Amino acid sequence: MTLKDFLNGFWRQNPIFRLILGMCPTLAVTNMAINGLVMGLATLFVLLGSSIIVSSIRKLVPSKIRIPVFIVIIATFVTIADYVLAAFVPAIHKVLGIYVPLIVVNCIILGRMEAFAKNNPISNSILDALGMGIGFTWGLILLGSTREIIGFGTLFGFTIFGSWYPQLLIMKLPTGAFITLGLLIALMNVIRKRKSTLA
Amino acid sequence: MNLISIFIAAAFVNNFVFYRFLGICPFLGISKKLKSALSMGLAVTFVMVISAIATFLIQTYFLERYGLPFLKYVSFILVIASLVQLIEMYMKKQHPNMYKIFGIYLPLITTNCAILGLALLNSLLGYSIIQTFVFAIGAGFGFTLALTIMAGIRERLEYSNVPEPLRGIPISLIVAGLLALAFGGFSGIM
Repeated sequence: MTLKDFLNGFWRQNPIFRLILGMCPTLAVTNMAINGLVMGLATLFVLLGSSIIVSSIRKLVPSKIRIPVFIVIIATFVTIADYVLAAFVPAIHKVLGIYVPLIVVNCIILGRMEAFAKNNPISNSILDALGMGIGFTWGLILLGSTREIIGFGTLFGFTIFGSWYPQLLIMKLPTGAFITLGLLIALMNVIRKRKSTLA
Repeated sequence: MNLISIFIAAAFVNNFVFYRFLGICPFLGISKKLKSALSMGLAVTFVMVISAIATFLIQTYFLERYGLPFLKYVSFILVIASLVQLIEMYMKKQHPNMYKIFGIYLPLITTNCAILGLALLNSLLGYSIIQTFVFAIGAGFGFTLALTIMAGIRERLEYSNVPEPLRGIPISLIVAGLLALAFGGFSGIM
């Protein structure tokens, strides 16, 4: 039961490829794999922190005012994440820019509070948050790696192709983000269909 | 001149959808019909202008004056959420006709990242109140434009034979990518 909560976000309900949630940071910060990784971890931290708090006060909050309460809790964790990133990885924090504070309005987080944390005990909520957060992070890394390899010829800053490689500018532009994500989602659809016909 | 260039930059060159990736969720969700796309765009523009002014006032007269920068995100999102609620209640009571046109989209706007993104960009770029106003109108115009173009294309797409794995979101994203490339052409006019 609890293992199912954890594995849910990996594939069956992957936030990026299945639920199509959190598209703004997904498209905006994935020109390099490292940016995707940092963004994914920041989102994971906020998701985990707010899940724990929301689930522990779930019996105290009147249901009429729950959304504003959830939003304040989320915004608090986002502020913490923002200051931590600014202190420890200032260069990446600068690249991510306004997309770090925009985690506040990332639909995945409020969505998980509504759909899971407000009705479930703390331990299940932690597993759900970890699963969803890791699912989101691997999606960002996959998109970021694809764009970085094709666009820059590197992966996490390490050279994959030599200097002969003509870097494809289009992958660094917004167009590259939209088209790569579209093709990756289509690829996931194909894989899912193969799996269901085999089973 | 400066105000005009702020408007053009916000609407075309740094278009909120195609350049800054803000408001992608409604962009993909509500851009199926031309009419609803236009209403949604108007609602977003309206809330953008009001919330940009409100967050500007909070930033200048509250957060900066009392040295509370760490409250920025919490206060911005609270102000935006309560403003949207207030506008919705006011329109329901006073302008039922307008409420029918774009009232149903208002609750969705709270979690639209374009609104909070605009407030954050304003404070980042250090705009004055008039510049903030023009920037908000430009951003709203650009968002409406993006939504409307997309809706027009998607209405046609309904009748075309798209390969099965690409149907729905994937093909919309690819169309958006091509539109982003087209909008990239505007970068030359600045």
